[in-house]
Amino acid sequence: MTPSALPLGDPAPADGILPAQAAVGAADRKFSLYAHIPFCAVRCGYCDFNTYTATELGGGASQDAYAETAVREVEFAARALAASGLPPRKLSTVFFGGGTPTLLPAGDLTRILGAAIELWGLEDGAEVTTEANPDSVTRDSLQELRDGGFTRVSFGMQSAVPHVLKVLDRTHKPERVPQAVAWAREAGLNVSVDLIYGTPGESLADWETSVRTALSYGPDHISAYSLIVEEGTKLAAQIRRGQVPNIDDDDHAVKYELADALFSEAGLNWYEVSNWSRTPEDACQHNLAYWRGDDWWGIGPGAHSHVGGVRWWNVKHPTAYANRLDKGESPAAGRETLDADTRAMERIMLTSRLSEGLAIETLSPEARKAIAGLIAQELVDPLKAFAGTLVLTLKGRLLGDAVTRALLD
Amino acid sequence: MSPMARTAPVPAATDPAIIRNFCIIAHIDHGKSTLADRMLQLTGVVQQRDMKAQYLDRMDIERERGITIKSQAVRIPWEVDGTAYCLNMIDTPGHVDFTYEVSRSLAACEGAILLVDAAQGIEAQTLANLYLAMENNLTIIPVLNKIDLPAAQPEKYAAELANLIGGKPEDVLMVSGKTGAGVEELLDQIVRDLPAPKGDPNAPARAMIFDSVYDTYRGVVTYVRVIDGSLSPREKIQMMSTRATHELLEIGVSSPEPKPSKGLGVGEVGYLITGVKDVRLSKVGDTVTTFNKPATEALAGYHDAKPMVFSGLYPMDGTDYPVLRDALEKLMLNDAALIYEPETSAALGFGFRVGFLGLLHLEITRERLEREHNLDLISTAPNVEYEVTLEDKKVVHVTNPSEYPSGKIAEVREPMVAATILAPTEFVGAIMELCQTRRGILGGMDYLSEDRVEIRYRLPLAEIVFDFFDILKSKTRGYGSLDWKADGDQVADLVKVDILLQGEQVDAFSAITHRDKAYAYGVMMTGKLRELIPRQQFEVPIQAAIGARIIARESIRAIRKDVLAKCYGGDISRKRKLLEKQKEGKKRMKMVGRVEVPQEAFIAALTTAEAPKDKSKK
Repeated sequence: MTPSALPLGDPAPADGILPAQAAVGAADRKFSLYAHIPFCAVRCGYCDFNTYTATELGGGASQDAYAETAVREVEFAARALAASGLPPRKLSTVFFGGGTPTLLPAGDLTRILGAAIELWGLEDGAEVTTEANPDSVTRDSLQELRDGGFTRVSFGMQSAVPHVLKVLDRTHKPERVPQAVAWAREAGLNVSVDLIYGTPGESLADWETSVRTALSYGPDHISAYSLIVEEGTKLAAQIRRGQVPNIDDDDHAVKYELADALFSEAGLNWYEVSNWSRTPEDACQHNLAYWRGDDWWGIGPGAHSHVGGVRWWNVKHPTAYANRLDKGESPAAGRETLDADTRAMERIMLTSRLSEGLAIETLSPEARKAIAGLIAQELVDPLKAFAGTLVLTLKGRLLGDAVTRALLD
Repeated sequence: MSPMARTAPVPAATDPAIIRNFCIIAHIDHGKSTLADRMLQLTGVVQQRDMKAQYLDRMDIERERGITIKSQAVRIPWEVDGTAYCLNMIDTPGHVDFTYEVSRSLAACEGAILLVDAAQGIEAQTLANLYLAMENNLTIIPVLNKIDLPAAQPEKYAAELANLIGGKPEDVLMVSGKTGAGVEELLDQIVRDLPAPKGDPNAPARAMIFDSVYDTYRGVVTYVRVIDGSLSPREKIQMMSTRATHELLEIGVSSPEPKPSKGLGVGEVGYLITGVKDVRLSKVGDTVTTFNKPATEALAGYHDAKPMVFSGLYPMDGTDYPVLRDALEKLMLNDAALIYEPETSAALGFGFRVGFLGLLHLEITRERLEREHNLDLISTAPNVEYEVTLEDKKVVHVTNPSEYPSGKIAEVREPMVAATILAPTEFVGAIMELCQTRRGILGGMDYLSEDRVEIRYRLPLAEIVFDFFDILKSKTRGYGSLDWKADGDQVADLVKVDILLQGEQVDAFSAITHRDKAYAYGVMMTGKLRELIPRQQFEVPIQAAIGARIIARESIRAIRKDVLAKCYGGDISRKRKLLEKQKEGKKRMKMVGRVEVPQEAFIAALTTAEAPKDKSKK
């Protein structure tokens, strides 16, 4: 998944060589790979990710040629990292997102994965995930993915209620999901489902139905994201024209609380604001890498990468992306090199979202002073705070950005 | 056609018989500055290459808003029938707040050009100034401007002007400041029709100050019109109101750049520089005489400018308080009408209570402070000065609601104004309805022409300082115009309404209102604040109260969700930037108790009684 608008940053060099700070301490950091697959069968009304339907692209950026182009960036990445003085590191996690990765033949996905493993290697028991649309997988394709090295599949279920799926422009039939989950289980894949709450027109009862239905599939992991209306999407226009009601934060809060209660009851525990897992090992390790500030290379148009406080992002359009790689140039559109203060700020912003929490001893004296107030407001767990870790309460998770701001004042 | 004067008459040696002193009475936008520009050009005073639009309006704000705040005088030569004449054009301020300055400018002239936009007709302030000029026995030359406009209706408005000043429509001159058409004829007519100044050249000197401007390099520049006697360089002069004496460092005329002269004689207009640094030492309306041969009687008409509207000015960022203090001190040097004193607000911190001539004066002052001193200011709702008599006969003057005495009040008096409103007849009903709701008493009504009417009301000043003019404009589709002048005071049944956030009184939102309107104010203000104050992590009750009695209440529900659900496939930069933006927004918040109130809420709540303005209009 990548957002539509790229940040403004510094220019990125064509050779992909990173600033010196990227290599500092790299041997002690984990390294992950993200692969963006920018294709969808239809564009969903709420989605502002960098994705294209089959009719929107042709030529070198086509779906057929994409695996080859992606492999080219994998090779570019390995060269650029080595040339930037980074030590060889095995992949800790791999994640294929989109778009709809499973719109490509399973063989294309395993080919990209295989190229990465060949160059970097894979840590023992490493998590390798692909996102999937329940419609775009078969028993065979899931087995092929498992055989090709994937360990986990994350289904974009979103809702179990037809009228909600319709507002979201999701084309799959709800009954397709349990079938897909069963095939994934059969193939030996770990299973996660994604849900979206707060869609215009979704009642609290609708949401409860979706949560209970998702739980009935017995997933190892659930992500539940509140619907965000992004500017420039079809949904935003529909809301502006009054064709569908606007989303409401209070409604989101109530639904979040309900979901958290039902997930907990079913034995899934939160480990990040929007993520729950059956066991700590079932937590999405790739997702955690983002919040923990680990290193990862993101391949694909519009994909974001981070290595040692250097963040960069690729050009958005698949054609421009393919052209860059054809010329042997970095597909990066821009980058930023974070200073120590900014890195410290990001660390607070990111790790405070996790159930493993934020070590209070790493905070500045000013930030530490704010914690008493946060405990008084019931945003931070008092016992864990006394034990030295800042962990959000349920109320605190819903007001996570306010907590971050309080710590940064 | 008259040629440009070949030899201009020399200052200090000019026969009053060839002097013509005039001003231009016009409404904002009716093209006074453009006409003045054209005159400067035609008479050769300003060379073509130096010409910039609205030459005489020196301040940026003046040029941007197209209005003249400070008047100036320009000496221009013009030849008629072989005689070189000296014309002094005195530029008058064009807004209701500056009536006193206008009256002094008029007093310095023998004649006035009544300049009216041929597409719009006369406006209320122009009419008021015209009456003022007629009371001063000035000769009026009626002129319609912008006759080049397609929408011009010269016949209609010529008839209106003729009707007003008692002449014939054919006598109304038609000009276009833009193209220059008719401007030479106008200059000729000024020479022919206006009387020459009269005065006793041998009497002790008496010169009237009609403007006083502070200049960073030269100190105060005082503009005078000599009535009797003469003034010469290096003479000691005396201000008759204070008997203060000053050394005359420089005397001269503007044409339009300052040019030192050997002095100023009877009827002449020019400037004096004494080295003083404060315009209060050289006040508009005062009489200048000489120290060695002082006049015994000052010229009539002098009084101190009296502030009518008061507002608290607070820096958004409390650490800017010294900057604001210095800025006000500096501004005061150039603005004799400005008064201020330090004030503290529980909600807004340290600031100043500032007295203004009117709302425009307030707006301009605030804008200048913000622009010239890089300040972010909050100005509290404008207030008038109430005279409160307590039961023990003690009298208190209240310019700030938070000083309003609680209990034991015998009587409250509020200032009144005589208002004149001009508008097309179709809006009479709407205007009367508006004035009625503002506790106005109809004084009379006259038709200016078939379809335009002059309506006179006596209104409490407090009822027109807030939003009256804006509403008048909208109710008359922009055609209504307003002029007002102070008109005594009246006893009124007034109360103070307080606004409480989370039980804590926010002094900046308190208001003194008529008892009958207290409830409406309470409902309006609490409702507006509910919209303007963002949700906090706890519920915030908003109440309006008279004393201990709650008259309206609203509540801002606690915010329950303030977290971004996801990080968009590793786009941490985007999330960080969002957070930085939120932090920046927080800096612009004022803490009222535990409640974060954005600056916009103060501004929107305090600037207009209507619903918050659409942001896109700003």
